[in-house]
Amino acid sequence: MLEYDFMRTAFMAGGLVAIVAGSVGFFLVLRHLTFAGHALSHVGFAGATGSVLIGVNPLWGMLAFTVAAGTAMGLLGDRLRGRDVAVGIILSLSLGLGVLFLYLYTTHATQATAILFGNVLGVSFDTVWTLAALTVVSMGALAVMARPLLFCTLAPELAEAKGVSLRLISVLFLVIVAVAVAEAAQVVGVLLVFALMVGPAAASLRLTSRIGWGVGLAVLLALAGTLDGLALAYLTDWHTTVWQVPLGCPMHFLTPTVGPRYRYGR
Amino acid sequence: MYAIELDRVTIARGGRIVLSDVTLGIRPGEFIGVFGPNGAGKTTLLQAVIGLLRPFAGEIRVLGAPSARGNCAAGYLPQQRASVADLRLCGRDFVASALRGERWGLPLADRAARSEVQRAIAAVESEALAARPLCQLSGGELQRLLLAQALLGKPKLLLLDEPLVSLDPHFQQATVALVKRIHRSEDITVLFTAHELNPLLGAMDRVLYLGQGRAALGTVNEVITSEVLSGLYGTPIEVMHVNHRVLVVSGHGLVEADAHLHDA
Repeated sequence: MLEYDFMRTAFMAGGLVAIVAGSVGFFLVLRHLTFAGHALSHVGFAGATGSVLIGVNPLWGMLAFTVAAGTAMGLLGDRLRGRDVAVGIILSLSLGLGVLFLYLYTTHATQATAILFGNVLGVSFDTVWTLAALTVVSMGALAVMARPLLFCTLAPELAEAKGVSLRLISVLFLVIVAVAVAEAAQVVGVLLVFALMVGPAAASLRLTSRIGWGVGLAVLLALAGTLDGLALAYLTDWHTTVWQVPLGCPMHFLTPTVGPRYRYGR
Repeated sequence: MYAIELDRVTIARGGRIVLSDVTLGIRPGEFIGVFGPNGAGKTTLLQAVIGLLRPFAGEIRVLGAPSARGNCAAGYLPQQRASVADLRLCGRDFVASALRGERWGLPLADRAARSEVQRAIAAVESEALAARPLCQLSGGELQRLLLAQALLGKPKLLLLDEPLVSLDPHFQQATVALVKRIHRSEDITVLFTAHELNPLLGAMDRVLYLGQGRAALGTVNEVITSEVLSGLYGTPIEVMHVNHRVLVVSGHGLVEADAHLHDA
């Protein structure tokens, strides 16, 4: 299957996105911010359809919207947790806005499917370069902030006492999440970003007790789900997402439950 | 030089004066029990000492320097704690996450960092807990790891905010005894806030009692008297000594028993 250009670019795009989604997702789950991540992808839907309307590459519109929303959520800092209602309303509002943009732009209904469910086989070689650049930038930023991010996540009160700005870390992290969401949406679509970012990370958090191994395993699981999904899609001729999501999500449920009180929420 | 010095300090929080014109000095190496009714300013005082709150008036000096955020000389065990009890993360990684976490970069641990984490874990006598996942630890065990985090970097000052809350009497005694051993072995100044006097009676050098914006600092015999406490509570208080225990009683019943009903 690798003799086809579109499969090679799809594997490259899928691989890049899996690296980002796995590692960023690990911290997203650790910080109990999975719902915020989910909402960001829906905000991205409005951005993507909006930019289709004005004739710009949907990736840029999506990035602009997710980064803006991520910054706003980050400014809420610790108060973001427990704001599920507000986040949910923004999520619905964004979907509505996206639908309005699509309604105004009547000629290409296929665009909607691509944005909602992803179209990794339609990714151009130029887009792969863009994804590579975004991956390098977001992974670099995550590496630079990993230490204070972990400190603020696991011991926020102590971190504040030691002079770390919880708000700055919160904003920086959600901007990285925003970039990761926009990237992941290129492969699995905005509706299913959750599966790629949260599924492998949550499974990894159940399987390992060391932070380093956890991030590594989350990336490996995300890579496995994405690349196997692509291969299976090629062999069966089904939509790629059909395979990627089932490979990503149930990992969480198949992993042994450790500890009686494991839960996402506070 | 004092370890902690308050010079005519007034602290307001949420538009309310919590401490008003308080002057006091705590010497290096002292173990101070900090008491007072809810809202008397125990947490506020600790947060002001580590620089999370700025005094409205006056000055707080910590080891001779004005209090400021990011003071490495102060270890802090907060009362509000992050929800980490559901994580499968191992205790050692949890403690290590607080070692110089204020620096940028990857959280990689070199030999010196690993030995510092090991030292802190040994200081709280929790080597066995360090290998276990957080989700399998009890509240008291998790607290030991939080204490280890506070001890990273060999602080000169240890500020503990209500470490006895939600522990049963056995664990309360064990925690006080552990802090006392740390106090001796690390040669550290300890501020320990609590609701109840008795668990701390044998451990502390002096008492800091807060109430109605004022503060009284002295030995147990100087401060825990009906005269001083009546002044701090603004209501008649009786102090009784029974079986080497101190009972603080107001007209409405046991003051300390009351305090338990509305834990912060």
